[in-house]
Amino acid sequence: MPTTAPSPLGDVTASDSTLRRFLHGLPGVDAVGLEARAASLGTRSIKTTAKAYAIDLAISMVDLTTLEGADTPGKVRALGAKAVLPDPTDRTAPATAAVCVYPDMVATAKEAVAGSSVKVASVATAFPAGRAPLSVKLADVKEAVAAGADEIDMVIDRGAFLAGRYMKVYEEIVAVKEACGSARLKVIFETGELSTYDNIRRASWLGMLAGADFIKTSTGKVGVNATPANTLLMLEAVRDFRAQTGVQVGVKPAGGIRTSKDAIKFLVLVNETVGADWLDNHWFRFGASSLLNDLLMQRQKLATGRYSGPDYVTVD
Amino acid sequence: MTEKTTDKRSSAFEYAPAPESRSIVDIAPSYGLFIDGEFTEAAEGRVFKSVSPSTEEVLSEVAQAGEADVDRAVRAARKAFEKWSALPGSERAKYLFRIARIIQERSRELAVLETLDNGKPIRETRDADLPLVAAHFFYYAGWADKLEHAGFGANPRPLGVAGQVIPWNFPLLMLAWKIAPALATGNTVVLKPAETTPLSALFFADICRQAGLPKGVVNILPGYGDAGAALVAHPDVDKVAFTGSTAVGKEIARTVAGTRKKLTLELGGKGANIVFDDAPVDQAVEGIVNGIFFNQGQVCCAGSRLLVQESIHEELLDSLKRRLSTLRLGDPLDKNTDIGAINSEEQLSRITSLVEQGEAEGAERWSPACELPSNGYWFAPTLFTNVTQAHTIARDEIFGPVLSVLTFRTPDEAVAKANNTPYGLSAGIWTEKGSRILAVASKLRAGVIWSNTFNKFDPTSPFGGYKESGFGREGGRHGLEAYLDV
Repeated sequence: MPTTAPSPLGDVTASDSTLRRFLHGLPGVDAVGLEARAASLGTRSIKTTAKAYAIDLAISMVDLTTLEGADTPGKVRALGAKAVLPDPTDRTAPATAAVCVYPDMVATAKEAVAGSSVKVASVATAFPAGRAPLSVKLADVKEAVAAGADEIDMVIDRGAFLAGRYMKVYEEIVAVKEACGSARLKVIFETGELSTYDNIRRASWLGMLAGADFIKTSTGKVGVNATPANTLLMLEAVRDFRAQTGVQVGVKPAGGIRTSKDAIKFLVLVNETVGADWLDNHWFRFGASSLLNDLLMQRQKLATGRYSGPDYVTVD
Repeated sequence: MTEKTTDKRSSAFEYAPAPESRSIVDIAPSYGLFIDGEFTEAAEGRVFKSVSPSTEEVLSEVAQAGEADVDRAVRAARKAFEKWSALPGSERAKYLFRIARIIQERSRELAVLETLDNGKPIRETRDADLPLVAAHFFYYAGWADKLEHAGFGANPRPLGVAGQVIPWNFPLLMLAWKIAPALATGNTVVLKPAETTPLSALFFADICRQAGLPKGVVNILPGYGDAGAALVAHPDVDKVAFTGSTAVGKEIARTVAGTRKKLTLELGGKGANIVFDDAPVDQAVEGIVNGIFFNQGQVCCAGSRLLVQESIHEELLDSLKRRLSTLRLGDPLDKNTDIGAINSEEQLSRITSLVEQGEAEGAERWSPACELPSNGYWFAPTLFTNVTQAHTIARDEIFGPVLSVLTFRTPDEAVAKANNTPYGLSAGIWTEKGSRILAVASKLRAGVIWSNTFNKFDPTSPFGGYKESGFGREGGRHGLEAYLDV
């Protein structure tokens, strides 16, 4: 069996039992303390120049997302155009990091962002439930990559994880990573289904051990998605993973982040937990759709001193 | 296609200044003593200045109480006691509820005032001090008409006039801890705030007037130690409550010995924060920071001794140092400030000399890179490693942002070291193992024991010390006892 665990962690992925021992040996998470820390960082007051910096940074970190059964090529093209040029009235606004679509829309998305810095990310592996045979999941990934996806957002098998079959989850991530080729792999844990913070910490390490380029909170399709607390916990995990292995992994909170105020709170979490090394869209992303327009409205407000309103940003 | 690529930003995420506006609080150039519902000059005409410790700016000139003023205030309180104690509890409750609501309504103003006068960050006065002050009045307002159900007999009687002396570290909160239970139980009050932080108590006097509290029920006497001593010694005071240093507490205990006066003392501490190797490490680090750097460590129940299990000592210290490097020290009115100013020049020199002694005795000193403002009284967050039980910094209360790190090997050793202090106010236990929390907590000789948290306060929870940390409890049902004739 292939193991890609970086050497300082030795053979923790050698067998089901070593993996279980390692994951259950990670320090526990005190829920009250974690949430209190996240809330306390949420009281940072980000004003004027700092706010302008944070808004542009947040825009540049958005994975502009449409994941609906009703997605059409027209909708995806509109999204691509928006990602490349978020504010047609102010070309100094940065492009978003990526557009995020279903695999069958990758080719359309790729065309829409051609020639720009905007990446195309595709959810795959039977998103969002992940309830499909591995062969189907891998085919899903390969199709998306073949169509030009730069990044793959996979979901883990939460059923296997909750049943304690960590090796199955690990092997699946390793296989998907291999199928990705040069595409960067984001591993979605669906934290709302993992339910406990201890589980989220274990899943984070499991994903990173298996070669995730990014760890991502949620699909956006369940009740609880990204929260300041679960994102803080995942930031602690990537911080500690880099300290132990030298490997830097990105973090992507997704779902439920709708306002600039919320996005800035997440950036404060990044800044005060992992620092400047992660304040870049190569290492931190927001999975969001409506967030972008609020960021643009706040950006216009800072530039002009007036609130513009929803008719001054584009509806896509 | 024109577009700005997501260029790599070189500048870090620097927070722009975000100062809370001072204009919300109107500080008068001078204040009198508050006696019998009126602001009045001191009998001897003495005044002193209250200085903002973060800038050394003079905020106001305040009348300085002397013996004659103490006598006048005690007489006013005695006179008011007759009617106040005869009021039905439900009527006293109305006043207390009204005071609590006014505090909430004026909380931003009071938070700015407290930050200016004390030097602590607005984040703390806004999010900790003021909510707790209001909560304390609400809580004891609820008790006022239920005293016969408090477990102290059918009709527990108040004591009379309470003489209360409070410290400068939580000026308004300590006032609330003293005044709320005293009034709820039907006592009247003469309170002396600390000489470095008299202003919020004087604003509270104004709130008493706003609430229509009968004259003489609350009297506020700003002043120095001599006024406090006179108040404690006054023959017509029935109850003495003091929060402050152990040295002064002992003096007070000698003064009231052999009198009828009832006494509660809440004194110093040298709290042990015990971190076991199965602790939730990230939260433990937060708890350690909150335990010793909250209010610049000027907290009697601060977790000033970190006892860490040797097997995780290095890892925990690395995490702790990394975390300390993110603390933001500076203008206390800035909403992003974590560490404010030391309250006074005197306190700063005490901290400085104890830290120098720590170095001289061989402990290893560390602080994060930290620029201190040129005006005002400042001390960088500091931790000492290689500390043993014999070091002065492991034994004496420093009352500043200075943490002494010690190690232990077994739970028994942790308990022995934690208890090996003349104090006994607070302790913390960090472990994911519930049975260990219970086992260790039952062996610690401290009045407050937190598990997997630190410096959490609630009006429903009694607070007080063992040994040289004092006696009597404030807060909760227990807090009523100190003001009732039981």
